Amino acid sequence: MSKTYYDPADLRKFGKISEWNQELGDKFFDYYGKVFEEGALTAREKSLIALAVAHTEQCPYCIDAYTKDGLQRGITKEEMMEALHVGAAIKSGATLVHGVQMMNKVNKLEM
Amino acid sequence: MGKLKTQSLQKRDSDLAKSNKQLDILSNGIFANGELPTFKNKISETNQFPLKAKKLEILQINVGYMCNQVCEHCHVDAGPDRKEIMTRETMQQILDVIKTTGAHTLDLTGGAPEMNPHFRWFVEEASKVGVKDFIVRSNLTIIRANKKYYDLPDFFKKHNIHVVSSMPHWTRGKTDKQRGEGVFDMSIKALQELNERGYGMPGSDLKLDLVYNPNGAYLPGDQATMEKDFKKALMEDFGINFHSLFAITNLPIARFLDYLIASENYEDYMYALVEAYNPAAVENVMCTNTLSVSWDGYLFDCDFNQMLELPVNSKSRHISEYQEELLEGRNIVISQHCYGCTAGAGSSCQGVVA
Repeated sequence: MSKTYYDPADLRKFGKISEWNQELGDKFFDYYGKVFEEGALTAREKSLIALAVAHTEQCPYCIDAYTKDGLQRGITKEEMMEALHVGAAIKSGATLVHGVQMMNKVNKLEM
Repeated sequence: MGKLKTQSLQKRDSDLAKSNKQLDILSNGIFANGELPTFKNKISETNQFPLKAKKLEILQINVGYMCNQVCEHCHVDAGPDRKEIMTRETMQQILDVIKTTGAHTLDLTGGAPEMNPHFRWFVEEASKVGVKDFIVRSNLTIIRANKKYYDLPDFFKKHNIHVVSSMPHWTRGKTDKQRGEGVFDMSIKALQELNERGYGMPGSDLKLDLVYNPNGAYLPGDQATMEKDFKKALMEDFGINFHSLFAITNLPIARFLDYLIASENYEDYMYALVEAYNPAAVENVMCTNTLSVSWDGYLFDCDFNQMLELPVNSKSRHISEYQEELLEGRNIVISQHCYGCTAGAGSSCQGVVA
């Protein structure tokens, strides 16, 4: 058994998920590839979105992958960090907006 | 220019300054235990072994390893302390070859080729012979390094030199990190001077191309997209024009290999190269149409093999005994560093190949 839950080398084996279900694996990777193609958004913009989501999802494999992808595309550290703050702002906003629910409940319960 | 980035491996007396040590690393570990296929096995899968030289198109001359910069990724291990410099006698032998060769491109590299004391004489003489495409790989900062080089843009223009220059990024931080403090500002100034002479301007015959290679343990992005990004940024920020951008993969030899090992990126990088292997790139890999001549006149399949001291597999091994017909069809000497030229869209001194 591995000593940690996450092994960076496992990212290289991602494609192997198809071995246990070829059809669904193939469909997933076809879809994945298509999503990241240049479209109404540039591949560069998609890479930055992926990087931000990788962090909000706290997926270490995705963080490794899209940090490297960003460097390959010439994306700067400043751009990467700004993208992360967008993710962080939505995360914190999503937490705080629930405060309205808390406030509603307090107002309902208190005399 | 500010402080140099580092010292050459040779100056540091590093083990990796020795080519056999580099070849050992490239042949052992993940390639010996079967984790990754050797380059020979990989190209054999698509019946591309042995890789054979086709008709010669490009004669690439390394006129010496001396350089005013000490870039962290340099595959030549060049620097101010390197004393290997091509003599006028060897240059004369090359001029004799240029008169008869079928190659259409002459490509001068180094080090900083301009630092060879016979550089200008050689360019003048080679120009007289009439080369179709005469490239000088200029690191840009040399143009601003010392007064004696200030007239280089005019000299290049006079001889219709095709200038190919390194530029790792359009931002100061990334450029200086790879190439040394102050390199970005000097490079920008040099590019502006070249533009003033007509170099790199839209529609101009004075060709100015830039070379991009990644600033670390990752592969270059799409060449066309990078070119668009470079053009936009350099124009908006500095009003600079250039013609094409060549995206070149860093090969795992010399100082880049040293960096990969020291930063514990070697295995991941080799995996990335092997995973990105593209058989279509093998078809047009530059060693099949290029010949590299070292500062002391020996012949190699490419500049990388020159640094690894892997001589050409032919009876014609030195410029003094050059026989083009013996070199055509020769088997190319390969090792695992060759994965660097076959990853993704491929990589050559002229950028992508597939």
